Amino acid sequence: MENNWPLWEIFIRSKNGLSHKHVGSLHASDEEMAMQNARDVYTRRSEGVSIWLVESKHITASNPDNGDSMFDPANDKVYRHPTFYDLPEELKHI
Amino acid sequence: MEKNLEEIFQSRIDREEKIEPKDWMPDDYRKTLIRQISQHAHSEIVGMLPEGNWITRAPTLKRKVGLMAKVQDEAGHGLYLYSAAETLGVDRDTLFEQLHSGKAKYSSIFNYPTVTWADIGAIGWLVDGAAIMNQVPLCRCSYGPYARAMVRVCKEESFHQRQGFEILLSLSQGSEEQKRMLQSAVDRWWWPSVMMFGPSDDDSPNSAKSMKWKIKRFSNDDLRQKFVDVCYEQAKVLNVTLPDPDIKWNEERGHYDFGLIDWEEFWQVIKGNGPCNKERLAARNKAWDEGAWVREAAMAHAAKRKERSNKKKVA
Repeated sequence: MENNWPLWEIFIRSKNGLSHKHVGSLHASDEEMAMQNARDVYTRRSEGVSIWLVESKHITASNPDNGDSMFDPANDKVYRHPTFYDLPEELKHI
Repeated sequence: MEKNLEEIFQSRIDREEKIEPKDWMPDDYRKTLIRQISQHAHSEIVGMLPEGNWITRAPTLKRKVGLMAKVQDEAGHGLYLYSAAETLGVDRDTLFEQLHSGKAKYSSIFNYPTVTWADIGAIGWLVDGAAIMNQVPLCRCSYGPYARAMVRVCKEESFHQRQGFEILLSLSQGSEEQKRMLQSAVDRWWWPSVMMFGPSDDDSPNSAKSMKWKIKRFSNDDLRQKFVDVCYEQAKVLNVTLPDPDIKWNEERGHYDFGLIDWEEFWQVIKGNGPCNKERLAARNKAWDEGAWVREAAMAHAAKRKERSNKKKVA
């Protein structure tokens, strides 16, 4: 187990102008190998125009067990949405 | 060689490709963007001040939570934009220093005071309305990180304008005193909002370059015209008059004609002589200085935790 290569998270920009999205991960000994393998694994069919690599240990994730307490507070704040405000039909371009 | 790079760059722009942080770009493109994006970020941050003024005095709980959510959004918008500026190689502290020393500009509209509750509604309707008109084309700006930040901003901005309009609509259906308060806020905010689109095209030397680089998509005067056209119709819903005796439909142009802008006032406010320039800068500096201990404490706490976990590893 100790000889396991580090794990890398792979982010791909699918098209010019879009942001990078997480697509998956792979093991590699260093960033150069990770980059080559990411290209071969994740962009074989022109899925991307740019790749970002981040070693998995550098990613801090929210705890799924805390999902409720983390995201619930946004649910009862309807006033953050445009539809909360009543405006007459005849009002245009707003 | 340099020329060649610039030609390649321009042809990428012409093909509507987005430029990303690590791509080659002319120095002037980088500088123009750093200036524009940071001014935009500063405007979001300073923009919290005139509105924050009314949070504790909002007339109902509903208005209060709405206004708080809006001010909270502005802080977020400032963050998206500072981050976009940082992708161009400038650091956050430098940008803050430019704001706090008065070296950097921000939208001159925030140098006007919010004297009544109706001003909060007028800011939502007119100031955010003008901002949206400026910002929607920026979602297609040639610089990727700026364009993507603007998509988020615009999505959130719609609620801001609607909450403002609803405030004014309530006042328009209220007492005579409330109606007068509404009209006087519109009187105060109309011209500064019309000025938000910046100098006239003939007087805006950087515009042509920004258009060529597709940082800008429409001229200041075109956007201003669109704003006047839209607002004239919306004003009818509120039963208010725009404080411009020359505003009149022009059949031939298919637009409303409007009166002359007081550019002297505009330049005075930009130069720092607006009604609230000093107050705004003082408030920002005070917040920054008085927050120093929080920033230091956070770093000290992080260092202490790191040290502890290193010790554990050794043990």
